[in-house]
Amino acid sequence: MSIDPVSAILLIPLVSAALLALLPGYRVGAALNVVASALSLGVAVSLLWHRPAVGLYLMVDDLSIVFVVLNCFVGFTTSVFSASYIGHELDSGKLKPQLVRFYHAMYQLMMFGMNLALLANNIGLMWVAVELATLTTVLMVGLYRTAEALEAAWKYFILGSVGIALALFGTILVYLAARPVAGEGMEAMVWTHLLRLAPSFDPSLLNIAFIFLLLGYGTKVGLAPLHAWLPDAHAEGPTPISAVLSGLLLNVALYALLRFKVLLAANPGAIAPNPLMIGMGLLSVLFAAFMLYRRRDIKRLFAYSSIEHMGIIVFAFGMAGPLGNFAGLLQMTMHSLTKSAIFFSVGHVAQVKGTQRIADMGGLTESHPVLGWTLVAGVAAIVGLPPFGVFTSEFLVISSSFSQQPLLALVLVFGLLVAFGALLLRMTGLAFGPVRGPVGRVRASYLPIFAHLALVLVAGFWLPPPLVKWFEHVATLLG
Amino acid sequence: MSHGLSFDIAHMLAGGLVLVSFLMLYQDRLLALLHVLSLHAVVLALSVAWQAWIQDAPHLFITAALALGFKAILIPMVLRRMVFQMGIHREIETVGGIGLTMLAGIALVALSLEVMLPVTSDVDPVAREDIALALSVVMIGMLMMVTRRNALSQVVGFMSLENGIILAATGARGMPLVVEISVAFSILIALIVIGVFLFRIREQFDTIDVEALDRSRGGQE
Repeated sequence: MSIDPVSAILLIPLVSAALLALLPGYRVGAALNVVASALSLGVAVSLLWHRPAVGLYLMVDDLSIVFVVLNCFVGFTTSVFSASYIGHELDSGKLKPQLVRFYHAMYQLMMFGMNLALLANNIGLMWVAVELATLTTVLMVGLYRTAEALEAAWKYFILGSVGIALALFGTILVYLAARPVAGEGMEAMVWTHLLRLAPSFDPSLLNIAFIFLLLGYGTKVGLAPLHAWLPDAHAEGPTPISAVLSGLLLNVALYALLRFKVLLAANPGAIAPNPLMIGMGLLSVLFAAFMLYRRRDIKRLFAYSSIEHMGIIVFAFGMAGPLGNFAGLLQMTMHSLTKSAIFFSVGHVAQVKGTQRIADMGGLTESHPVLGWTLVAGVAAIVGLPPFGVFTSEFLVISSSFSQQPLLALVLVFGLLVAFGALLLRMTGLAFGPVRGPVGRVRASYLPIFAHLALVLVAGFWLPPPLVKWFEHVATLLG
Repeated sequence: MSHGLSFDIAHMLAGGLVLVSFLMLYQDRLLALLHVLSLHAVVLALSVAWQAWIQDAPHLFITAALALGFKAILIPMVLRRMVFQMGIHREIETVGGIGLTMLAGIALVALSLEVMLPVTSDVDPVAREDIALALSVVMIGMLMMVTRRNALSQVVGFMSLENGIILAATGARGMPLVVEISVAFSILIALIVIGVFLFRIREQFDTIDVEALDRSRGGQE
């Protein structure tokens, strides 16, 4: 019997989650976690060639495959990073050994939830999957059981649940709008059917549904003013989780939002979703850019930078058109790769220094050349300096919006510059100058950092033509 | 049986849920609040069971049974035990400005009706009013979560919010996955809230007042 790749991509994390929950020992768990993630990545890549038929529950299309491959790739590299990171946390006694099994099982369960959300062809199933992914990350954010970690997890849980509840309300309204046309039952929740029939839906119901979906999934994307959970959850959880939160979970929520945006765009009577997205995107960029200046905690700093970047991405998708969507997709990919690389470096740095306070770190390029310079490279990439890929994508975002809305583009550029200043200011303090804090060695896994930064660097010079064609195609799908 | 009567009963039950939500808003004692939560879930169970009956959708009885067994009996019982264990059963929670909160609640209900009724005119009449009333319950649940400082009351607020969503989902005739979604929500509540957080929060702080959590805000000046 052969298993089709879509089931495999869901079964691998699910089965390994069960195994990881049973297997004792940190080494075995970490190794299995890496192997399972690598297998998922392999299957995800195979989806590029072999695409199964669209079903009532699951499907693979050109949009979802971009997200799935990215998801599995960062999931894999993070599992490699996590192996060395968690090992150190155990040695230093910060993490209780009995929780490691739980952590690994939750990691794979989270991957399952995210993959399921990305492959779902059913808006109800997609909601359940996003909920599952949220739940598992809440549990992992509270992993250290310190007062701060619990507060962060609690805040994340409450805000995330309210967001997810609103998203479900929006989903129900979409069903109500679809029912007169698509008929009762499962058909009216299948996205491919919905898209075909969307032009004849009741537009006013669809409008209200989108507001709920934007607020609901927007909370999970971390858009201002719904972002309150995000910095805490990034700062207090284990760093691998910060990396997947920024690099993947925000994308998954964004993906859900994009699906509904396409639905709305197909209905001529519905409001345009774009101005709403542009507004929230710009607000997030500006807000996060100014907040960056007052951060004293290194992981919080980069969490705000994630809010800023999600703002840019949502802004780009809001600008729409083939160029805007292309820029949004590229920016999303680049941000995922760069931000997780930064969190990998930051995680090891925080372990060496024994603190996350920026004031207690300094001169990293001198004391820890590899970590220091990768951090410098990561920050240079994330603020959009050439020759990195973020420069290309931000350039595209700005130029595509200048042709449509020059004034809004100016606001965006202003926000980017403010954030640029803040991050460079902090980075120089961290990387150069006198050495501050402990200078002990760290058994770091540099490979994931190098892999991510290399990809971002290559993307800055040269995007493979098939990839460009693919993104262009997806961009036209997004309308 | 005429359609009119079955619609009226459906609306009465949904309206009853909104009413019980209002009852919740002004409870300043945790135990009383838990009683009202039970009542809320009972009304929800009745409403869902009625929908199952008039829609001829037997699977909805599972959701109704879940609401009754899990949300009306089990969860309030566990929460009650926790309240006693923590010795906060005599405490009176400061619910700032009951009058103002009630007024805000009324405004939210008006808003929900104003928003939902015009756009659902094409949908069948049961769903039409049910959705509007369900949104009211959701809104009042959110209002409760913002006005309360106590973690337990926030959980209660979230549960009432979730009841509103289940009401909406069952009111939408023929909606698939409702049972699955109600199970997912029950897991959400059971697993996280009861199992992990309150216990840990209790261990860490000897209080479940979320202001104690705010004081220990990490790393942020």
